[in-house]
Amino acid sequence: MSSNINTENWMKDIGVLDHLSGVGEGSTSAATKNITALVVDDDSVNQMIHSKILENLGIQNQVVRNGKEAVDLHSSGNNFDLILMDMDMPVMNGIEATRKLRAMGVRSIIAGVSTCTRDELEQKEFMAAGLDDFQEKPLTTPKLVSILQKVNKKC
Amino acid sequence: MLGLGADPLRADMNRLLALLFHQGVLDEQFVQLQQLQDESSPNFVYEVVNIYFHESEKLLKNLRGLLMEREFSDYKKMGIHLNQFMGSSSSIGAKRVRNVCVAFRAASEQNNRAGCLGALELLEHEYCYLKNKLHELFHIEQQRVLAAGVRYPMQN
Repeated sequence: MSSNINTENWMKDIGVLDHLSGVGEGSTSAATKNITALVVDDDSVNQMIHSKILENLGIQNQVVRNGKEAVDLHSSGNNFDLILMDMDMPVMNGIEATRKLRAMGVRSIIAGVSTCTRDELEQKEFMAAGLDDFQEKPLTTPKLVSILQKVNKKC
Repeated sequence: MLGLGADPLRADMNRLLALLFHQGVLDEQFVQLQQLQDESSPNFVYEVVNIYFHESEKLLKNLRGLLMEREFSDYKKMGIHLNQFMGSSSSIGAKRVRNVCVAFRAASEQNNRAGCLGALELLEHEYCYLKNKLHELFHIEQQRVLAAGVRYPMQN
């Protein structure tokens, strides 16, 4: 079974493919091809996996290593429909980066993606910084599809 | 004839994977990783796991370096390394390594140096076992692909 058929089945199961009005193989790519995403994560393994999950869903994406690079990218005029924001990063962490991006007027869907936070206060602080969603690592295709439902509602 | 010899090798791979799942060395996330691999990235799992090995060895070296310091007290730095190790281990489905990281982090949060040293030794052991088994898996996969007559990058 190809990975694209798996992705479509998951999306049908949770109703996203119906919402995106997709029918048949290739509709996943057609439904998501205009969505752009930014992966913000300092870990090379997670960068590669998150980028591949997005790519397999037909989503163009870029990868940066920390919050400051994400902010700088937006300062130079780039914008994205979706930002996957890690919490713990050097230079500028996800909480600070999210606050800064919202203060800059960035209205993208920002989904926090982090390892299981044993501190509920920390997660609340991350949400309060301006997240639209939060997912625990590891990020999987079904989790990303649930985030994409928010992107499509916003569009 | 091409293809002969590939099926027994596939059976060997499946047996090894079943063992690793049964032992709790790998979890469902490894299957998710395999499902990301496709014709456009036929070596995706191999590439991700090799990056994981490279990064993990740096982290282990950093952790050991911190704990061996005579006046070690930077548990916060240790926590940062452990969070990273936990995250990447979760992402490839390295369940036992991740679980040891959780215990290690708990010792670190209690400023328990002896506990951290014990956890580090266990972590190095679990990582070593995981690495050996995944190398074995990739070797069998490489043999299987060669037997099936498909090109595959040779491991160093």
